[in-house]
Amino acid sequence: MDKIQNNKAWFLVLPVLVLVAFSAIIPLMTVVNYSVNDTFGNNEFFWAGLEWFEEMVTSSRLHDALGRQILFSGIILAIEVPLGIFIALNMPKSGFWASFCLVLMALPLLIPFNVVGTIWQIFGRVDIGLLGHTLAALGIDYNYTNDPLDAWITVIVMDVWHWTSLVALLCYAGLQSIAQAYYQAAKIDQASRWAVFRYIELPKMQGVLLIAVLLRFMDSFMIYTEPFVVTGGGPGNATTFLSIDLVKMAVGQFDLGPAAAFSIMYFLVILLVSWVFYTVMTNLDKAEGQ
Amino acid sequence: MAQITLKNLAHSYFPNPTRDQDFALKEMDHVWQDGGAYALLGSSGCGKTTLLNIISGLLRPSQGRVLFGDRDVTDAPTAERNIAQVFQFPVVYDTMTVRDNLAFPLRNRGMDAAYIAARVDQIARMIGMEEILSRKAKGLTADAKQKISLGRGMVREDVNAILFDEPLTVIDPHMKWELRTQLKRLHREFGHTMIYVTHDQTEALTFADKVVIMYDGRVVQMGTPEELFETPAHTFVGYFIGSPGMNLMEAQVEGDTARLASGMTVPLGAQYGRPAGRVQIGIRPEYAMLTAGEGLPVTIRRVEDVGRHRLVRAEVLGAPLNVVVPEGMPVGAELTHVRFAPQKISVYADDWRIAPQGRAA
Repeated sequence: MDKIQNNKAWFLVLPVLVLVAFSAIIPLMTVVNYSVNDTFGNNEFFWAGLEWFEEMVTSSRLHDALGRQILFSGIILAIEVPLGIFIALNMPKSGFWASFCLVLMALPLLIPFNVVGTIWQIFGRVDIGLLGHTLAALGIDYNYTNDPLDAWITVIVMDVWHWTSLVALLCYAGLQSIAQAYYQAAKIDQASRWAVFRYIELPKMQGVLLIAVLLRFMDSFMIYTEPFVVTGGGPGNATTFLSIDLVKMAVGQFDLGPAAAFSIMYFLVILLVSWVFYTVMTNLDKAEGQ
Repeated sequence: MAQITLKNLAHSYFPNPTRDQDFALKEMDHVWQDGGAYALLGSSGCGKTTLLNIISGLLRPSQGRVLFGDRDVTDAPTAERNIAQVFQFPVVYDTMTVRDNLAFPLRNRGMDAAYIAARVDQIARMIGMEEILSRKAKGLTADAKQKISLGRGMVREDVNAILFDEPLTVIDPHMKWELRTQLKRLHREFGHTMIYVTHDQTEALTFADKVVIMYDGRVVQMGTPEELFETPAHTFVGYFIGSPGMNLMEAQVEGDTARLASGMTVPLGAQYGRPAGRVQIGIRPEYAMLTAGEGLPVTIRRVEDVGRHRLVRAEVLGAPLNVVVPEGMPVGAELTHVRFAPQKISVYADDWRIAPQGRAA
């Protein structure tokens, strides 16, 4: 039978192309436009070339924010991933308490970001907040509004509270898919608890862990709302992460050109790091299969 | 290695079992000889996996004792029983190499490294995996993985018994034969007690010296494949073993004669007295013969050619009846009756076989 050659089939791709153009490409292009022009409003543009990019790449302000951002994401991952795994391992496997734990774990995930920020902003206040006041009463000098370390601790604890559930739930799903026979075989082989984790549970969780790490990395690298509500980026610039700095630059100072250049680089960094994560972890998986 | 004794063993998944049907495993007393190859055969849900888990120690029986040799292991944990188990789905440690997989049980028991290396090599030779010892277990085929599980069981020298829980379920048909043959060979060479759970009669009959047939939580017969075929102790055995199973007919038995529903009689090969309860006679399709006038009137419905022989689906007095006709014998319109070989007829009262009391006069 002759194969029918009909290139009109390409038209079927058109709706998707239009949709993606309107939802992503065109907005992105306006940002690109801003990043290579200088403007003082009124839709007047002056060609600036790569000037803004050069400025941003050499800007110590951006370097500092990037440093803080990397530190923040690093700490978040270092706490949430092991903690999430630990919680998942200790959650009941079935019955009433399993459902109870699942609901309990899902709750923080359902709260809107700015509400989470508000909760912790009030919770940590020394005058009226339960946490802040209690700590003060215990004689601990805690004040997130003027101590950078306290501000960092607050922001990190808040993120751990908000997002560890995600890691835990993903790992829990991974653990649930392990057939009972594996545990029985391990018993027969007299495997220790650690060996069971290392050779059965961890390999089976690898897939979901990749997703968990990727999601938590991207989310924490783009974090804005919660620290903005709690500390506003302060004290000083202590908790000014990339997004917060970007908004300050674009909306606060109306430096649209540098902000646009910043946005593009920010986007590319996240894309690059996510791609590296993904490639490394899937290759690891393949290499093991050899 | 040891002989396995099950003493008054029963198990229920309910905390306070009262009725008979609460028990997944009804009370049983059995001795499994050291070095025997046993198959546990039965349809799904008959309690064979429950029994296997009790022997392996993954489940504690609600009553009775389990003895390995003279030692009571009822309360001993799995690890202390020195048994090995091969599961339905291949269980291997994916991230380890084949070598590490085989060494794992020994390492966990703190054995000496030189001994482990030597032992692993020996086992790898036995299961034919020397070539791929350094490969990761992950990318291997299902049958290779099952061999690794088997090897992991045999690597311990003190292993009491190897249990197989439907190990060939996920194996390709052409590999099943090979694995089964290899298993038989390993059994002959090393003499481990092997208990093989399956619902496939071919697997059970070709693998085992003794087949244990389970039905509804009970062991209904334990015997050689020949015994199961010739003298099924329970109607379920008759039905389950053989392809197709035994023909069963309601009857009234008196002495050496069975009287069927219509009043027609069938001669039996022995005296059976006057059994009470629901009485049935059973005849294997292989021992029924189509005749031109002798025996019971038969209506032939269908003839199926299955290669070695032909299978006649027929009807006698309103009840279905299967007859095996040897290849080459024509099935024509003149064959209007069916005759049963009297010596091959079994008599059942309430599903259990009645032993003949003496030769027919």
